[in-house]
Amino acid sequence: MKLIMDDGGWSPYLAGALVGVLAIVSAWATTQWLGKTHYLGASTTFVRAAGLLEQPIAADHVAANDYFTETKIKIDWQFMLVLGILLGALISSKMDGSFRIEHVPPTWEKRFGPSVGKRAAGALFGGAVAMIGARLADGCPSGHGLSGMMQLSISAFVALGLFFGVGVVVAHFVYRGGQS
Amino acid sequence: MTTAHWLGLITGVLFGVLLQKGRVLRFDKQVGAMLLTDMTILKFMMSAILVGMIGIQLLAHFGLIALSHKPMNVGAVVIGGALFGAGWAIMGYCPGTSLGAVGEGRWHAVFAIIGMILGAAIYAELFPLFKSTVIAWKDFGKIGLPDGIGVPTWIVVILFWAGALGLFAFFEKKKI
Repeated sequence: MKLIMDDGGWSPYLAGALVGVLAIVSAWATTQWLGKTHYLGASTTFVRAAGLLEQPIAADHVAANDYFTETKIKIDWQFMLVLGILLGALISSKMDGSFRIEHVPPTWEKRFGPSVGKRAAGALFGGAVAMIGARLADGCPSGHGLSGMMQLSISAFVALGLFFGVGVVVAHFVYRGGQS
Repeated sequence: MTTAHWLGLITGVLFGVLLQKGRVLRFDKQVGAMLLTDMTILKFMMSAILVGMIGIQLLAHFGLIALSHKPMNVGAVVIGGALFGAGWAIMGYCPGTSLGAVGEGRWHAVFAIIGMILGAAIYAELFPLFKSTVIAWKDFGKIGLPDGIGVPTWIVVILFWAGALGLFAFFEKKKI
């Protein structure tokens, strides 16, 4: 089995296993230095970003909202983690030459054509639906999929099963018109 | 910048590098998994879970970290999970990978990020409604699988490893 691919990428088994190591070290380090075990996650940050963006235009409305109050609108450990993902991906892709300015993803283009407007509409709609789901389920493929599964949480097994299960059905309809 | 901010940023950068190196930030990889033609992201996630599981369970066993199960709230996890799956298929990214995709030049993932921030804002408005309905149905609380089914943690870990290795063998045989 090849660990380093021809394009400079790593085997998903290798890169994934290293994420496992990172998750362990991160859980231990946050417990040591921050006094509370923090697990890898991403979707709560989107709530905080929404709150931060709404605050300047509707401060009272944000302050009165139970969900924003419960989530605490602030730039915290996870917020920086999510920003760090962007930076890490930028550094890595620039170093191995895989950085590409892409306007529309190939799989999308094959089905819906090269229109950026159509892709934007799909991404906005899909993104909104997905995030409503992630907040209701209390996690995304990072929080439930990685962190929850490592902890053997029952909620993670159910959530990840539904993420993929429903994803498979909807993807076949959207990209293949229901044909397999 | 506090210690928490620095720790988060450094962890995020390393996470971003590994996501990028594993080539899982691509729309085509995420949708490819859902079309059952390219299992890269499943191999990546399962490998992370297999390795992470051992360390996390050991550290928790010796009291060096605390487990923090997310609640098994039936209505919330089932309906939320299904909504996420549907949105994920159309968007082609998950919350964490959307930022990474922008980092490697796939700028159109910005639309996915805006959509998700909008979704979070909508959820905050709908929260009272969900709280009195879906979320109120049935909550089994913060439980782990070993306690839930009454099987020792390490037996569950071994069974999970066996299942995952079998799945990997299947993916490699099918070349997906």
